[in-house]
Amino acid sequence: MIAYSVQGSGAAIAADGLVKRFGDTVALDGFDLEVAPGTVCGLLGPNGAGKTTAVRILTTLLWADAGAASVAGYDVETEAHSVRAALGLSGQTPAVDEILSGRQNLVLFGRLNGFSKAVARRRADELLAQFELTDAADRAVKKYSGGMRRRIDLAVTLILAPAVLFLDEPTTGLDPRNRNEVWQAIRRLVSQGTTVLLTTQYLDEADQLADRVAVMDRGTVIATGSPDELKARIGGERVEVLLADDVRLEQAMAVIEQATGVRAEPYGDGGERRVSVAVNDRVEGLTAVLTGLVAHEIAVTDIGLRRPTLDDVFLTLTGHRTEPTEAETTTEEREEVMA
Amino acid sequence: MIVTTLPDRVGRPSIVHNALRDTWLVAHRDMSQWVREPQLIVWGLLFPVVSVLLFAYVFGSGIVVPGGGDYRSFLMPGIFVQAMVFGIGETIAAVQADTAKGVTDRLRSMPIARSAVVSGRCLANTIYSVLSLLLLVICGLAIGWRWEGTFLEALGAFGLILWLRIALLWIGIYLGLKAKSPEMANGIFGLLWPLTMLSNAFIATSLMPTWLGVIAEWNPISSTINAARELFGNPGVATSTWIGEHSVPMAILWPAVIMALTMPLAIRTFHRLNR
Repeated sequence: MIAYSVQGSGAAIAADGLVKRFGDTVALDGFDLEVAPGTVCGLLGPNGAGKTTAVRILTTLLWADAGAASVAGYDVETEAHSVRAALGLSGQTPAVDEILSGRQNLVLFGRLNGFSKAVARRRADELLAQFELTDAADRAVKKYSGGMRRRIDLAVTLILAPAVLFLDEPTTGLDPRNRNEVWQAIRRLVSQGTTVLLTTQYLDEADQLADRVAVMDRGTVIATGSPDELKARIGGERVEVLLADDVRLEQAMAVIEQATGVRAEPYGDGGERRVSVAVNDRVEGLTAVLTGLVAHEIAVTDIGLRRPTLDDVFLTLTGHRTEPTEAETTTEEREEVMA
Repeated sequence: MIVTTLPDRVGRPSIVHNALRDTWLVAHRDMSQWVREPQLIVWGLLFPVVSVLLFAYVFGSGIVVPGGGDYRSFLMPGIFVQAMVFGIGETIAAVQADTAKGVTDRLRSMPIARSAVVSGRCLANTIYSVLSLLLLVICGLAIGWRWEGTFLEALGAFGLILWLRIALLWIGIYLGLKAKSPEMANGIFGLLWPLTMLSNAFIATSLMPTWLGVIAEWNPISSTINAARELFGNPGVATSTWIGEHSVPMAILWPAVIMALTMPLAIRTFHRLNR
């Protein structure tokens, strides 16, 4: 696939100190990011962290109050038209015409991208095949499943074979099967050398798809690294212990810390009985915790291993948990509607 | 995998040409919708037809046309203009839906003429209104309405009616960009009823209480209706007041004023989507 080349040798996406306010709300507060050409960057953060605002500025839909940004070497404000020619954007909700068929959407947006009727039709056929939508090509998009909608939306985004692709929460609201379909489609694109910026609330999604992850909180990037680096920082998996009673919580925490060499934390509801600790090796960690507790005769009701969640990343990086916001309620409502 | 060699944008000789092509393509999308799901527009198109039947046969028998004349001949210009006013609702609903579904953002993030996002909507709505007028003309002819003047005068009347529609488009685009929900878009539909009733569309203003008659006469749509009646040679043309006497120039001026006020507002709101 032909991708328009990134201007110069610099980053495919660069943001420097972006600030964006909506009234009294500060959505972006000094947002910095650099994405190398041909890589996948996962922008990870809870709702309200500013992910979508960052994407909207980078895709020329919003102007920043301060700071600068470029995509494919073009300034997003002064060279917006060139940026638009280089980017593909797939927003949080599939932005295709629901009444028209998948093929009609592809031809329409292909023609809007400057293709003749014949080229737009040929390109539509290719993309339908690529996204396994050929059988549904002439059905109205509103009759598509959630995963199919996502795929036709991605196909429309890829008509021009953009050099830089922005995917804003591409799997939010999808069930696991549809999520897999979309992941596979994204992987194929990545293998063809497209630069991708992907926002997500799910650590496993970033883990599956991204070369590098930028963790966002309250309008800024608080950490960047490969998924493995980040997981190492938060200590891979966690051992969770439910104590039989709350009397010996302090002692249990001290014992666990001594056994693993990592700080243990109370967690969840009923935090007075629950302790969790990050471990690098599943078996060793579990054994060490259990051995320590047994040696000190601390009774345990339940013990288990859990993969790190976004919540753990946040707790480790920021010291506070992800707080559900108003925006999150909206997303959940949308998920229900789509389900 | 077969991959088409992607050409640069083909056949793009000038900015104006690009803008016109993009406008046509954006409008084309609406028309493809009408072909795929005719029921989308059938109700909108049939509604004024129902108005014709309702007024011509139910209310019409009790309404007098000042200076004599057939009520149905008096009614049709009012119905034509009513269809244009109700077009505001169509515009609001379409703009609101595109914005809510992210289609507006998709178009704004594409390398197309910026103006085409708005002008394509204008073109599609204007074509819809021409369709609606055609249907109503057939309906009018069927119940005995005729234009008594020359064909050129009739064309002038239709021109004035569409001129009003084009002016009202901008109100629709502005409100559509501002509307946060489909319910709000629907709510505005309800306000369009009194707006058309408070005019000379169905009853001559001389038959209303004086104060109400004055308000109705100065309703911008009354000028278009009165001018259309005059040009069609239909009965009930109000000439006893200044505004009634100058209905043709006012039918040109009113929409121009409406546009001068709402077009900058709509375009500014569109640009402010970036803020």
